[in-house]
Amino acid sequence: MDLDVVELSRLQFAMTAMYHFLFVPLTLGLSIIIAIMETVYVMTNRLIWRQMTKFWGTLFGINFVLGVATGITMEFQFGMNWSYYSHYVGDVFGAPLAVEGLMAFFLEATFVGLFFFGWDKLSKVGHLTVTWLVAIGSNFSALWILIANGWMQNPVGAQFNPLSMRMEMTSFYDVVFNEVAQAKFVHTVSAGYVTAAVFVLGVSAWYLLKERHTELARRSIAVAASFGLASALSVVVLGDESGYSVTHSQKMKLAAIEAMWETEPAPASFTAFGFPDQEARETHYAIHIPYAMGLIGTRSLTEEIPGIAELVEDAETRIRSGIIAYGALMDIRKDPKHAPADATALFEQHGKDLGFAYLLKRYVDDPRDATEADIAKAAEDTVPTVWPLFWAFRIMVGLGFAFIGVMAYFFFVASFKKMTFPRPALYLAVIMIPAPWIAAELGWFVAEYGRQPWTVDGVLPTALSVSHLSITQVAITLAGFIALYSVLFLIEMGLMIKYIRKGPYLDVPETAGVSGSAPSASRAAPAAGLQPAE
Amino acid sequence: MILHELIDFEVLRVIWWLLLGVLLIGFALTDGFDMGVGALLPFVAKTDLERRVAINTVGPVWEGNQVWFILGGGAIFAAWPPLYAVSFSGFYMAMFLILAALILRPVAFKYRSKRDGVRWRQTWDWALFIGGAVPALIFGVAVGNVLQGVPFRFTEDLMPLYEGSFFGLLNPFALLTGLTSLAMLIMHGGAWLSLKADGVVGERARVYGSYAAAGSLLGFLLAGLWLAIGLDGYAFTSPSVTDGPSNPLFSEVAKGGSWLAAYAERPWIAIAPVLGIVGAVLTFLGLRAGREVSTLLSSKLAIFGMISSVGLTMFPFILPSSIDPKSSLTVWDSSSSHLTLFVMLVATVIFMPLILAYTAWVYKVLWGKVTEEEVRSNTDTVY
Repeated sequence: MDLDVVELSRLQFAMTAMYHFLFVPLTLGLSIIIAIMETVYVMTNRLIWRQMTKFWGTLFGINFVLGVATGITMEFQFGMNWSYYSHYVGDVFGAPLAVEGLMAFFLEATFVGLFFFGWDKLSKVGHLTVTWLVAIGSNFSALWILIANGWMQNPVGAQFNPLSMRMEMTSFYDVVFNEVAQAKFVHTVSAGYVTAAVFVLGVSAWYLLKERHTELARRSIAVAASFGLASALSVVVLGDESGYSVTHSQKMKLAAIEAMWETEPAPASFTAFGFPDQEARETHYAIHIPYAMGLIGTRSLTEEIPGIAELVEDAETRIRSGIIAYGALMDIRKDPKHAPADATALFEQHGKDLGFAYLLKRYVDDPRDATEADIAKAAEDTVPTVWPLFWAFRIMVGLGFAFIGVMAYFFFVASFKKMTFPRPALYLAVIMIPAPWIAAELGWFVAEYGRQPWTVDGVLPTALSVSHLSITQVAITLAGFIALYSVLFLIEMGLMIKYIRKGPYLDVPETAGVSGSAPSASRAAPAAGLQPAE
Repeated sequence: MILHELIDFEVLRVIWWLLLGVLLIGFALTDGFDMGVGALLPFVAKTDLERRVAINTVGPVWEGNQVWFILGGGAIFAAWPPLYAVSFSGFYMAMFLILAALILRPVAFKYRSKRDGVRWRQTWDWALFIGGAVPALIFGVAVGNVLQGVPFRFTEDLMPLYEGSFFGLLNPFALLTGLTSLAMLIMHGGAWLSLKADGVVGERARVYGSYAAAGSLLGFLLAGLWLAIGLDGYAFTSPSVTDGPSNPLFSEVAKGGSWLAAYAERPWIAIAPVLGIVGAVLTFLGLRAGREVSTLLSSKLAIFGMISSVGLTMFPFILPSSIDPKSSLTVWDSSSSHLTLFVMLVATVIFMPLILAYTAWVYKVLWGKVTEEEVRSNTDTVY
């Protein structure tokens, strides 16, 4: 096992995945915001809403295409760099990816062309239907991807088959309705909605500061703030839902996020702030909020949340059980068609811990040869590095609450203060634009880094998942991706800025008569000359 | 769930082998003409306006077409995990080149018309050319290598080890199949442009397309001849178990004999190469005569015949191993489990008809030629 190849492959995956997720959240949210705007257009016949749909649609397109392009990398990379993973879990993990293509991506990609090219070729309702189908397709796409990812966090509905040496699906229902997957789905799409809402809010605020396209900007703020407030609430509440489900399947991730070194008597306190010290296994300058962790994590006052030390002991027990499973597997494999009954029985008993025996492969070729010291080291390896998780999580949550505050404020001013936004608030909205991306990337970091040392929790260690490649090969592709992606990023940002500066196509006159009023008021007084051309 | 046992494992494996073919052919029939248009772009369109006409014939549809490719990858992962693991990691650098080309292509479509500069647009024209020609060539090179056998083996743990190199892929037979594949998709792009592009672009596409049709026919025949006299096939030496666990190491395989022995065993499969040849000839004649709709159909027929020839010739082999024939992947030992194949079949039966229906509707909405006038008057909204 070449650890450098493992590390480089991880770096490449992390880089390409996080890059991909620069574009996905905006696609998820903006597709819905655009569909809402076009719905208003079709219902009210006011051309300004069509102009808004087209303007945000242009920015959507610039973003969407990079999401599509970098998504191809994601699908290929499992096979290219993680071939043992692909063999070992493809039977389970591949299915949701394929269903994603069938059910969601085809829908989204087939209709997105008509969204841009179909304005003159379709009726108004026909085009609106196309827009909604793009939005629905994008969101369904996220559902199936998160079902696949949820399975990596909580591998339910599958069992190891000693004859084909891989995990095989036992229940598709369990894979789809995996509680981790469902919680992740709502949390992730909500995060996408917040991202798009903050983006629309920020760009519109910039227009108001510059006193350009104010009609478009005010209406866009009204949509973004209401949609964004609902989404920001949902992202935090449903993030709590994923915090709850994580306690069942990934206790170690939770303990690391909380820097909970030892099991505390229930209900555990929540460490709001501190400096985790992995060596000493303590958190310096910690500020605790009593009971909070126990309530969030278990929703009870009596259930304990295990600390890191206890979980390492658990891991050691499971490693020993895994060694027995490994031995039984070797006996079965000697003559697979006539496996000895005792080996089969032994494997049935210990097979669920086989993955833990694989943790020893870093130290010995055959887990059965492991020394006590190897077992202790492997058990220790199940603890991810605590401080990055601790901090990433706290920044993400802090940003999550900040989004609620900002969205609530803009919603309030838009609804009750006739949209008279003070300039500092508008500046804040502009400055906030990058924040949801930071929160989303940190969220993925917590989810994936927190799962280490596993690719599939408790089933397959990361170090064993990689392809048999040379370090040169991985280094070349890593450098290639960095170069290609950096250039594309600069080009994309350049175009985004160009088209934001340019503003909407002037196929609609700016609505002079109704400036300064809230959209609810202006809708009641349609200005002359704004009737649709059709 | 007992439901999945309604269909035998063996039958499901054959169905998924067929579906793999459907997806690959679906990809070549749809995204194939996008790639062909990309590869033809520098030749059939000289001015910016001509290029925009060519690009806008595929502008609204390439995104949906590309999903055939994504779904093909997803289906290989889900239905044939060992094939996905071995081929994607084995052809590592080749896959990276395909990826880079396929990343550039969507971006080029979308961004080309977003700025006016000559250099900006010419750069993206190159990206479109590379994004069309490079994958078309590499896919064919891959097929050539698969027919010869690929240097990989499995460990006892079924970890795939690949022992070849990138330059080893570029052997004469594989280059022949690569060029054939390129010519085939250029032919298809030519047939598409002759139907969809107005004026001089369509006319030039007919000329280049007919050259490509002749080239793909010649390449296909040469490759067949090479298979007959110069290339060994693979065969099982142990009785094949068709419904056992998916473990390639359980069966014995040897290199030797000819792939074309399949035509003696199953003479009916000769229909595939015949369709390929007839299709290419009709496309050549159709392009010369300026027929449009029927030429695109005959080009589809040619692609269908040529790709299915490869699959049917090799059946039940999917990816033979040249250094350890025992490791070869076949229909009988490299599929997903019984349940997974069944679940995915249900999903396919539900969604594939829907996909075909709405794709057909989109093409119907977009029916008609793209003209220079149309591009000029919608300069802000089209590509």
